[in-house]
Amino acid sequence: MSLETFRTETRAWLEANCPPAMRVPAKGEADICWGGKNWTFASDDQRIWLERMVERGWTVPTWPKEYGGGGLSKEEAFILKEEMKAIRARSPLDSFGIWMLGPALLKYGNEEQKREHLPKIARGEIRWCQGYSEPGAGSDLASLRTKGVKDGDEYIINGQKVWTSYADKSDWIFALVRTEADAPKHLGISFILIDMDTPGVSTKPIKLISGKSPFCETFFDDARAPVANVVGKPGQGWEIAKYLLSHERAGIVSDTVAGGLNPVTASHQVGEVDEHGRIADPILRGDVARLTIDALAFEATMRRVKDEADHGEGVGARASILKYVGTELNKRRHELNMSALGSDGLLWEGEKEEDGDPARNWLRSRANSIEGGTSEIQLNIVAKRVLELPGT
Amino acid sequence: MSFVLNEEEQMLRDSARSFLSETASVAALRKLRDENNPEGFSRDLWASMGEMGWCGILVEEAFGGVDMGVSAAGFILQEMGKELTSSPFLSTSVLAATALRVAGTEAQKSAWLPKIAEGKAVIGFAVDERARHNPDAINTVAAKDGNGLRLNGTKRFVANGAGADVLIVVAKTEDGAPCLVMVDPKADGVSATPRRTLDSQVPADFTFKDVKLDGDALMNGAQDTGKAIAHVLDVGRACLAAESLGVAERAFDITIDYIKGREQFGVPIASFQGLQHRSAHLLSEIELARSIVLKALRTLDETPSQAPIWAAAAKAKATAVSRLATSEGIQMHGGVGMTDEYDIGLYYKRAQAAGEFLGDDAWGAGQVAKLSGY
Repeated sequence: MSLETFRTETRAWLEANCPPAMRVPAKGEADICWGGKNWTFASDDQRIWLERMVERGWTVPTWPKEYGGGGLSKEEAFILKEEMKAIRARSPLDSFGIWMLGPALLKYGNEEQKREHLPKIARGEIRWCQGYSEPGAGSDLASLRTKGVKDGDEYIINGQKVWTSYADKSDWIFALVRTEADAPKHLGISFILIDMDTPGVSTKPIKLISGKSPFCETFFDDARAPVANVVGKPGQGWEIAKYLLSHERAGIVSDTVAGGLNPVTASHQVGEVDEHGRIADPILRGDVARLTIDALAFEATMRRVKDEADHGEGVGARASILKYVGTELNKRRHELNMSALGSDGLLWEGEKEEDGDPARNWLRSRANSIEGGTSEIQLNIVAKRVLELPGT
Repeated sequence: MSFVLNEEEQMLRDSARSFLSETASVAALRKLRDENNPEGFSRDLWASMGEMGWCGILVEEAFGGVDMGVSAAGFILQEMGKELTSSPFLSTSVLAATALRVAGTEAQKSAWLPKIAEGKAVIGFAVDERARHNPDAINTVAAKDGNGLRLNGTKRFVANGAGADVLIVVAKTEDGAPCLVMVDPKADGVSATPRRTLDSQVPADFTFKDVKLDGDALMNGAQDTGKAIAHVLDVGRACLAAESLGVAERAFDITIDYIKGREQFGVPIASFQGLQHRSAHLLSEIELARSIVLKALRTLDETPSQAPIWAAAAKAKATAVSRLATSEGIQMHGGVGMTDEYDIGLYYKRAQAAGEFLGDDAWGAGQVAKLSGY
């Protein structure tokens, strides 16, 4: 099928199948479909939209068909994205399974693991969380101490993870566990898939400055996982984690962009404009304009990096530049949004559900430059791998 | 729109890179400066550029040019920025050639475009009348006078104006409508004052006092002259942004080389995290500038109606990034960065001047706000 035909057919299918209620931008977390065993759909439309997209494999358009994907080429997937954007269709399903575990399984998983887990991710049946950071292993992630001791064909796992996003709502976790006690720091870690219903696994939400609790602590007390649940080889976990972190960085950045970087709406909402429709405060107007320039430059950079990757130049360590710039920009956007809103931005809660969102989203954005590797870690990576500056 | 260079563009960039590094490098600029060259550039170099086809990069083939597009012109200027090449390329081959192309009469095109393409003409494009760029506040008037025009007004810092063969002057009619006129700098009533700027260039200020022009001096080949002028300026801004980008890129490379080689406390200073983070931040900023400059150049070639916001944004970003890269460059060089012997200071000066011309980052931000509707 030619790309033009694909576009025409895709457009017609979306037009006929995307419910109107799914063509308005998601207002907040509540409008996002995460899926999972315990998922309650926010509406019938959300359910229908997921089911229809699942049927075509379009929740994961580029995955192979035998694993629940759409089997689309890069170009076709790009067209699908464009056509969805054109009608402002929401993503039918968002999940760490799609963004992170899926790509890792496709690259490192064995056939059995792929057949078992990928279709359930594609259909939104199993919700995954990521067990990486520990209280003593943040930026220095490879120093993690959660331990797996082999007992027959199982590992007995003990330790604690922290900053596990939505662990309390997840069905399975992919975790980094130190299984090779005698190996060097980076070579003793395995990437293990663990059912959250396993006895000995428990979670506890962490309350954040935003008042919300998207993150948990996750505890392992003599929890057992089959050796067959190790992805790749035992000791290969760090390599897989690094591969996956680049996907996480891409995810955080695309979230940033999806949120829209233009902060101008807020200042218009509160009506602080002059008789020409300009933002009344000239200094604020200048700040918004400078942010807009950087947002335009960032948007163009995403496009350029994609084009260069398609021409075989690879993204590599430059993903760190995107992560650094994108998250710092998003923080600036929320800061300006708060400035533009003035005292309206201080609202914590009110009659409407969205009252308090600006403040909470602003507070949430502070984590962007910490999670997935801090800005400082990204700068270290750029200095060492791109600029090849010497170590101390 | 492609964000990678096609084969033809890569060849052009590579040949510009090798030619400029041999014949028009920083050493050449130092020589022009130290000899007090009255024009601030070499006519021989300009003729060589004509032979290579660069001068007619925006001139249609019918007039002897190679017509490769704004992006190609930008790629050449980016390389010129790296070498701090001094030439009338921007004033003549970009601004004047575009003005003639979009607003010139057939007679004006036939008279001047072939000469531009051959590297045999130097043309000043006179727009600014005050210290800060403001193309919306033009007070130079070309009023009807019998069958011709009478020009009155002043222009400042016209690039390559001192030895120009002809000037293209942005003016307004007696009714206040924007217009463009071609003026012989030797005509009665025209007085020129060369100025020497910090980046070793020699622009000129002009005063026009009752200058009599023939009717055919008026450039009325465009349907809407105001729009044509805006387009010429946008092309100039995007190309100048490319030059600023080149300045930033080379200043950054020089600085990274320096900190890798310079030892203190028994180790290369590049091993210190304080400098590593500043370097990585700078590279991130340069990557942003690369993308937005390319976006502006491509937009001017492919969908010019959407170009104004990209040209303004690219000019603003490239200005800010080139100034940051060069000032950080001096700081990271330490004391030697303040000496005339090291090149980084020359890049700092060029970043300041190129940034100012056709609107700096503050001006660009104002445009972006206006064009975004807030």
